[in-house]
Amino acid sequence: MSTFDDPFTPTRSLSRRGCSCGAHGSEAEHDRAAALSEAERYGRVVEGAAMRAIFPEDAGRRAFLKAVGASTAVAAVSQVLPISQVTEALAQGAGALEKRDLKVGFIPITCATPIIMAAPMGFYEKQKLNVEVVKTAGWAVIRDKTLNREYDAAHMLSPMPLAITMGAGSNPVPYTVPAIENINGQAITLAMKHKDKRDPKSWKGFKFAVPFDYSMHNYLLRYYLAEHGIDPDTDVQIRAVPPPDMVANMRADNIDGFLGPDPMNQRAVYDGIGFIHLLSKDIWEGHPCCAFAASRDFITQMPNTYAALLRAIIDATAFAHKAENRKQIAAAIAPANYLNQPETVIEQVLTGTFADGLGKIQKVPDRADFDPFPWESFAVWMLTQMKRWGQIKGEVDYAGIAKQVYLATDAQRLMKEQGLTPPAATSKTFSVMGKVFDPARPAEYLASFPIGRAS
Amino acid sequence: MTAPLRLRALFLSLLILVLCLGAWQIAVSGSGATADMDPDYAKLMGQTATTGKSAMPSPLDVGKTIWGHLRDPFYVRGSNDKGIGIQLAYSLGRVTLGYLIAVLVAIPVGFLIGMSPLMGRALDPFIQLLKPVSPLAWMPLALYTIKDSGISSIFVIFICSVWPMLINTAFGVASVRKEWLNVARTLEVGPVRRAFTVILPAAAPTILTGMRISIGIAWLVIVAAEMLVGGTGIGYFVWNEWNNLSITNVITSILVIGVVGMILDQLLAQAQRAVTFPE
Repeated sequence: MSTFDDPFTPTRSLSRRGCSCGAHGSEAEHDRAAALSEAERYGRVVEGAAMRAIFPEDAGRRAFLKAVGASTAVAAVSQVLPISQVTEALAQGAGALEKRDLKVGFIPITCATPIIMAAPMGFYEKQKLNVEVVKTAGWAVIRDKTLNREYDAAHMLSPMPLAITMGAGSNPVPYTVPAIENINGQAITLAMKHKDKRDPKSWKGFKFAVPFDYSMHNYLLRYYLAEHGIDPDTDVQIRAVPPPDMVANMRADNIDGFLGPDPMNQRAVYDGIGFIHLLSKDIWEGHPCCAFAASRDFITQMPNTYAALLRAIIDATAFAHKAENRKQIAAAIAPANYLNQPETVIEQVLTGTFADGLGKIQKVPDRADFDPFPWESFAVWMLTQMKRWGQIKGEVDYAGIAKQVYLATDAQRLMKEQGLTPPAATSKTFSVMGKVFDPARPAEYLASFPIGRAS
Repeated sequence: MTAPLRLRALFLSLLILVLCLGAWQIAVSGSGATADMDPDYAKLMGQTATTGKSAMPSPLDVGKTIWGHLRDPFYVRGSNDKGIGIQLAYSLGRVTLGYLIAVLVAIPVGFLIGMSPLMGRALDPFIQLLKPVSPLAWMPLALYTIKDSGISSIFVIFICSVWPMLINTAFGVASVRKEWLNVARTLEVGPVRRAFTVILPAAAPTILTGMRISIGIAWLVIVAAEMLVGGTGIGYFVWNEWNNLSITNVITSILVIGVVGMILDQLLAQAQRAVTFPE
């Protein structure tokens, strides 16, 4: 059954699979046919919840409704639970938007897919928001423009809000990550001339590029190199280079490789300049990359707008997660207004059927994936790496900062509201290159690395 | 028989142009070795990789692109994709505003410095220190303090274009011929009237030279500032096309930027001619 169906109709099923009345091809069509006003929708949500609580078994509900009739049932249930009051409270909470016209900044890479596609594909509109997505030239600029409040929210690298909150590389401003955008979807790309040097141990003296100092790319590349015995600070050079410069610099032979965001990896292949050495999912399966970030002020001053915006992002991310939607998304975000790349490049990145630059077509459907849930343990891992490479010093309150910045509880609540199933926990263990990370013991984890700058 | 110099120069210019374009066309035409590729794989690759086509566009490609932009300069396909005419308008708007503010500041202050040797000496170290600072160095500071990217770029134009005008005005004012000032003094002309009727006309050619240098600088600065800040303007257009590694469009915008800069310069050259006087 759809969240917005009348649970007092005996023929409706309460299960959430397929179209609930059987008359429509899909649940989306069903929803359109059963279009309700906003107030009615909230009423349905409340009634549905009440009925589900009273009748955990659908058969019981049906029998009850057949026996007494819908209106008697409504009266009976209303006596126990003041449905109209609850509905009103919910509608008010989610109603009045403090601000409709928003500006959201993005960097033209596929990581920003949910933020970008939500504009042309109408996800913002569905939440009654008028969002202008603004292309921005670099990470430092997007940070400054968001801190200046020119943007209401922005696409950032997932470690950036942590760094901003702690005042690493900028003034400390309380920042938050209400949702992760993408997981996986990065790669190590090497210049064509290193076709035969596939072993990282032979990479001494290489010059690498990463998009920003406070980026998963930087931490993953350093981690990968260090695991192979290469000290990322002394044996190689790692520079922060804006993504579009990466391909140009590789063509000019200024860098030997980069761990960069797509579409730049695929673009290097497309132009015959480099090849994909390793997808980032092979370093850490399911690693976060970019995040949807907003200042804490925005959340406290405009809670309804924030919730609506986050609903749109979560919705879009869920849509992008489905493999069958990827081609359509590629077509929507490739034009000059958004990513400004050849459509085939974007399509290869999103569908995971791609040329690897060495003459083979690889099929990796989860090369790039989208999952909004901001696990607090992601933040803890990033903090351990920031400390490992000397970006932050002294005692670090790992769990405290992670909880303050990565708003897992909010995401849980909003995902539930939209009928998605969020994970029950806010932290999880995962392994990076086979090494298990336990978010409860960050200090031990940090101490276990032979190469690092942590003091 | 000798044609007039102008005609010969024109002929030589054209010859150089044709030679350059010809060399360019030859340099980029001809495809390299076509790599042996699986057709399915080749479909996923770009032309540079499959046919060995040079990544540099030929003059013909650039011509086609320019024609495409000129035919439809004012389209709007969303907030991040606007026609080149609109982008130019944005940039010109910013330049005009920043430049006018600079004029309003530089000329009075220049007068002050030029008329008072004491002020001249006192302000000189500051001017010398701030004059050579690159626009891009100002940008982060402006973004941080002004907290608005649009105003920041206008500020950067202002701060970069103010110095040549200031220095030239001060120089022009200071080097007005002593005889004229003495005549004014003999006739008991008040200081305000002296400034407007004697000094201003006398210093005008020098001031306009400064203004002409400044407009060139302002136009240089806007492209850099917009590349950094993004959003709108011709600088953003260059950055956006570079992001797509579209050399054709980058060359196109270089030409457009050059032409507009030339027009701005010529406008001020006209003004300069209008105030020049024979001695």
